[in-house]
Amino acid sequence: MSSTSGAGPSQGVRTPAGGSELHGVKSVGANKHIGDVILDVKNISLGFGGVKALTDISFDVREHEVRAIIGPNGAGKSSMLNCINGVYTPQQGSISFRGKTFSHMDSHAVAVMGIARTFQNLALFKGMSVIDNIMTGRNLRIKSNLFLQALRIGPAQREEEQHREFVEHIIDFLEIQAHRKTPVGQLPYGLQKRVDLGRALAMEPQVLLLDEPMAGMNVEEKQDMCRFVLDVNQEFGTTVVLIEHDMGVVMDISDRVVVLDYGMKIGDGTPDEVRNNEEVISAYLGTGH
Amino acid sequence: MQTTFPRLLLNHAAQRPTETAMREKEYGIWQALSWADLAVLVEQLACGLHQAGLRRDEHMIVIGANRPRLYATMLAVQSLGAVPIPLYQDAAAPECVFPINNADVRFAFAEDQEQVDKLLEIREQCPQLSNIYFDDPRGLRNYDEPGLMAVDDLLAAGKAFAAQHQEFLQSEVSRIKPDDVAAMFFTSGTTGNPKGVVHTHNSLLNRAKAGADFDKLTHSEEVLAYLPPAWIGQNIFSYAQWLACGYVVNCPESAATVTIDLKEVGPTYYFAPPRVFEGLLTSVMIRMEDAGTLKRNMFQFFMSVAKRVGPTLMDGKPVALADRVLYALGNFMVYGPLRNNLGMSRVRVAYTAGEAIGPDLFSFYRSIGINLKQLYGSTETAVFVCLQPDNEARADTVGVPCSGVEIKVADNGEILVKSPGLLKGYFKNPEATAEVLTPDGWYHTSDAGFLDAHGHLKIIDRVKDVGRIKGGANDGAMFAPKYVENKLKFFPHIKEVVAYGDGREKVCVMINIDVDAVGNWAERRNLPYAGYTDLAQKPEVYQLIKECVEKVNADLSVDTLLAGSQVSRFLVLHKELDADDGELTRTNKVRRGFIAEKYDVLVDALYGGKTSQFIETQVKFEDGRTGSISATLKIEDAKTFTPVKAAA
Repeated sequence: MSSTSGAGPSQGVRTPAGGSELHGVKSVGANKHIGDVILDVKNISLGFGGVKALTDISFDVREHEVRAIIGPNGAGKSSMLNCINGVYTPQQGSISFRGKTFSHMDSHAVAVMGIARTFQNLALFKGMSVIDNIMTGRNLRIKSNLFLQALRIGPAQREEEQHREFVEHIIDFLEIQAHRKTPVGQLPYGLQKRVDLGRALAMEPQVLLLDEPMAGMNVEEKQDMCRFVLDVNQEFGTTVVLIEHDMGVVMDISDRVVVLDYGMKIGDGTPDEVRNNEEVISAYLGTGH
Repeated sequence: MQTTFPRLLLNHAAQRPTETAMREKEYGIWQALSWADLAVLVEQLACGLHQAGLRRDEHMIVIGANRPRLYATMLAVQSLGAVPIPLYQDAAAPECVFPINNADVRFAFAEDQEQVDKLLEIREQCPQLSNIYFDDPRGLRNYDEPGLMAVDDLLAAGKAFAAQHQEFLQSEVSRIKPDDVAAMFFTSGTTGNPKGVVHTHNSLLNRAKAGADFDKLTHSEEVLAYLPPAWIGQNIFSYAQWLACGYVVNCPESAATVTIDLKEVGPTYYFAPPRVFEGLLTSVMIRMEDAGTLKRNMFQFFMSVAKRVGPTLMDGKPVALADRVLYALGNFMVYGPLRNNLGMSRVRVAYTAGEAIGPDLFSFYRSIGINLKQLYGSTETAVFVCLQPDNEARADTVGVPCSGVEIKVADNGEILVKSPGLLKGYFKNPEATAEVLTPDGWYHTSDAGFLDAHGHLKIIDRVKDVGRIKGGANDGAMFAPKYVENKLKFFPHIKEVVAYGDGREKVCVMINIDVDAVGNWAERRNLPYAGYTDLAQKPEVYQLIKECVEKVNADLSVDTLLAGSQVSRFLVLHKELDADDGELTRTNKVRRGFIAEKYDVLVDALYGGKTSQFIETQVKFEDGRTGSISATLKIEDAKTFTPVKAAA
């Protein structure tokens, strides 16, 4: 994968490993170099009419970490992601990315800044092949104009080849070579999720927002997905913010966890801290009954 | 002329440097490696390994899927006079311990993280394993084990060394003699530890050449390397014959893309075990079921033409003009596109071996114009013992002895082989060697069989499993359980069979139906059923199975040797035989003795003449829980036929 190394700007920031992390990916964070705050969410409130979706939420995301947002149904997790990438505009609060503060995020600007996301309900082009779907993720980086592209003239052709090569590296990375030319609609759900991730990776993001990447998957598909998320995080140093329902997954792969309930933040910390937080236990993990 | 593997490589590199030696699909493109490139790669690897301390006669393991660098490493190891040991890439870590320690291995080539993890896991048990080289660095960035190194780094070191020692490779290669050990293959012993089969350059290359001459293979063949490199067959087809003939070996992109890659490459020389051919046929049939009426009818019509005419045409026998025309039309409309879809448009020679192939399956491929043949051989014989000539392919034989091979049938029916391709011996195991290799050079195959009237070898069973009927009408007749089981298993409705008869007066079998095939059959007949156990005991299903058994009996009755093995009674088991319950081996072979003990009431009922028997069995579910299944099984008699003496 040497030629993919351009994917993350923060290549090589990880310190050499100690002996402990040899067998597999479990001990994430044991010796990972987590950087400064890259994304800072401050006092966000969002309401739809009388419904308060988010109330005064603040948390930060550090560079190279895996940050999870958890909470019961309707807790406001997806709304939070939608605020970050500009789908919703919060009524109050601000979001800072790499030191720049915005009162609302603009979707296009967010993408240009290097924040990519995947969707809970898969917003893929069902009739298009896997390659073409991932290629759409390169859209922002294609410089030649529509006219040149349509005619495949000189520079447009060369550019297309470069982007295609990049896409092929993603296909290799996600191990979907066998499905490269299959229309996405024909693939099983777990693989569609992988294509969705592939398209987000095609943007060469600095921050990757994953909205329930493991939802609806079987155990094996979940394990695969976990491995890909961790590989992205470790190989490219990409910061990952993910929403997830599966507690096992969250506790295993995240460095820090934010817990939301009814639009409020009720916990924030390492998986262990969150697991032992009384309020979290009663609200989300459930009391023994 | 006797030669060695590295010398063949250098010859190709000198004589046809720009021609393609190997291709690998990567990033969606077939990347070609010329003979000259390959020679450079091998030189750098050899120099790197020499510098790292790999010595003559030392062993090095290679573990991974088919990749140019894996084969280049084998060549580099051989160039230094050391011995490569390919291991199965899907072997569990503990299974690798014995070979590594047995051969005192210090050096290993591992394809990727998966294989590296495996080797690191057993490092404590194999303390001498000092150098591990990995090809694909993905996921290995943070590994900091001593002696773990990327092949890229090894190549860089080797390149520097090669620049200072220009003649190093040449002089190393010139010191290797054809009778030196070339490679070692571990065979999975059913009992005890695996045994290392030692082959010399000459034994492997002699057989590779014999096979190539037999089928007139040239340097323009295309081969797809998709079976495990640790298997001798793969080694012969994609390594020994590759170097002997100088053809192109293509490495698929990944295990999942093999069928796509097959279509793209269009191999001319192809090998697959029967299950692969079966899988391909099934996928075609399923797609045909979903096709439109017109296409389906056309397919059925022309397939019936193919069935009638194809094999005869393939064997080069005369065929009526009308049939020829019809077949040509079918070739244009159905067989040609079908071959293309299977990736077999260009196949000139295809082989299957390893287990018995069903006659219908075999003739299907021959009828659509694919020259599918069978061969006989094993790890110990460097594969080629018997091969079927182009016009004499049959489902029930394995061909005629190929050049250099002598065959003798021992008194107990065992096939003995003498050939230049025989193993040098088992590694550090003179007792086992003495058991199979007699001082006068005969190798005991432990297969029972005979040469038929046309000089073709016919395999019946393993020698130790062949028994005799005792008492009754067929007293003293030969009984070959696997032969009977296979004949029954060729029916799509039957999944597993266990046959008994040794030391008894008649043959009885226990059958597992194929729940998909029979379930489908039942649905088409509006036959409701609740699950396997229920379906298995339906009278209609018993009738269906009975017809299969009686067809086999009719077939056996004309067999001069095995007419006495006709099945008298049968039952359909209430549960599927399962490796988790110890009834099958991990490679899905029935464990006859264990099953006889576990189901002794059923065996007693079969031989005791009962018509039904209650049984309750403990079963283990996949999640580790246990439960029990009980049922009253019906036992039925099958019609047997008076043996027809061969019309002579």
